[in-house]
Amino acid sequence: MSNVRVLVGTRKGAFVLTSDGKRQDWDISDPYFPGWEIYHVKGSPADPNRLYASQSNGWFGQLVQRSNDGGTTWEPVGNQFRYEGVPGTHQWYDGTPHPWEFARVWHLEPSLSDPDTVFAGVEDAALFRSTDGGQNWQELPGLRGHGTGSSWQPGAGGMCLHTIIVDPSDAERLFVAISAAGVFRTDNAGETWRPVNRGLRSEGIPDPDAEVGHCVHHLAMHPSHPNVLYMQKHWDVMRSDNAGESWEEVSGDLPTDFGFAIDVHAHEPDTVYVVPIKSDSEHFPPDGRLRVFRSRAGGNEWEPLTKGLPQSDCYVNVLRDAMAVDSLDACGVYFGTTGGQVYASADAGDSWAPIVRDLPAVLSVEVQTLP
Amino acid sequence: MIRVVLPAHLRTLAQLDREVELEVTGKPTQRSLIDALEARYPVLRGTLRDPVTQKRRAFVRFFACEHDLTHEPPDAPLPEAVVTGTEPFFVIGAMAGG
Repeated sequence: MSNVRVLVGTRKGAFVLTSDGKRQDWDISDPYFPGWEIYHVKGSPADPNRLYASQSNGWFGQLVQRSNDGGTTWEPVGNQFRYEGVPGTHQWYDGTPHPWEFARVWHLEPSLSDPDTVFAGVEDAALFRSTDGGQNWQELPGLRGHGTGSSWQPGAGGMCLHTIIVDPSDAERLFVAISAAGVFRTDNAGETWRPVNRGLRSEGIPDPDAEVGHCVHHLAMHPSHPNVLYMQKHWDVMRSDNAGESWEEVSGDLPTDFGFAIDVHAHEPDTVYVVPIKSDSEHFPPDGRLRVFRSRAGGNEWEPLTKGLPQSDCYVNVLRDAMAVDSLDACGVYFGTTGGQVYASADAGDSWAPIVRDLPAVLSVEVQTLP
Repeated sequence: MIRVVLPAHLRTLAQLDREVELEVTGKPTQRSLIDALEARYPVLRGTLRDPVTQKRRAFVRFFACEHDLTHEPPDAPLPEAVVTGTEPFFVIGAMAGG
């Protein structure tokens, strides 16, 4: 029988949650890297025992940890993220030029085929790659240097590159998302990039056709439909059917289209999950009811999923990297909250149960389906 | 031999349960002391100073001999009592956050 391993990054450490294919009974690890912010932990699709974790705090900076045994033991690897060439400037909150400064790694995306190759999305926004298991990091400077970089501005959480998707059908194509710049695509393995934000409309940007400046919160793709992308934007849930060339809104009948997390069912490319959040100033579910919304039509028509989730007095948030799916049948769906709960559904969202209720605030959730 | 006392997070990273004793070649200064510390414990590279700019991290403080040496120039000589090992050199994580 298959097993699942849920990798949880929190404000005060990482946790590994494990279960068998029934996903009813769970083992909860002790905290790894206790006291440190763990923005993201992710396993290599090519070697599930190879994991990478982003470890940082405000005192002692950034470390990257690597495990070769599925998270039992860890070793620190390289933590030098040096921007290529003269870093230059982006815009600060007040519109003045501000030098690019490395702050932290938000997201680690292992290669689909090589356990030693891993991408890092960092703040201030840039994309780095390691081909030696995280020991050394090189920037892919074509992203910041393609032309619009000097006009990028941070969102409230910093100017972070938080989403990296490698096209499973074309290793040369990658998508990244930056708050608050937008989505960018390369078709030549990171050599050159261009913005792919046509169709996004953002309050606060006077130009309705602005090429950049959009606060994209997260992207999701089903591996069998790599030209179809789903986006949770600051406001609006969006869909592209042409690899980002254009976007259309699919918020439909959601109670609010603000949110952070979005993901796609492992076996149904048109089944999408979001967690609506009340607004950009009230980061909690509407009416104190924690509801995942599922569309089986690729957007526009959404159904609330509530069974097992708190339907009163719930004021947590679900952050952008804190939702994931396993590849079992039925598909498992998982998400973590800023209140420290990690919820799991073993039936594609029809019903939910907490795996654990009292972790530190959850920053990220990833799932590995193990043989 | 210079004695260095590290904060708990850095002792955990370096797998230390006590203070560090370091031999510093040349004139002992903050810079040469941290160079020696990072050479002995590579995992600490980037934790006291930014690994690219070499600037001290804002919430890292240096105390010795009942004085705050944080803002001393990095190439200023360390106090004699630190150099002789009579007094330890403290690396402190500033009180901040929650």
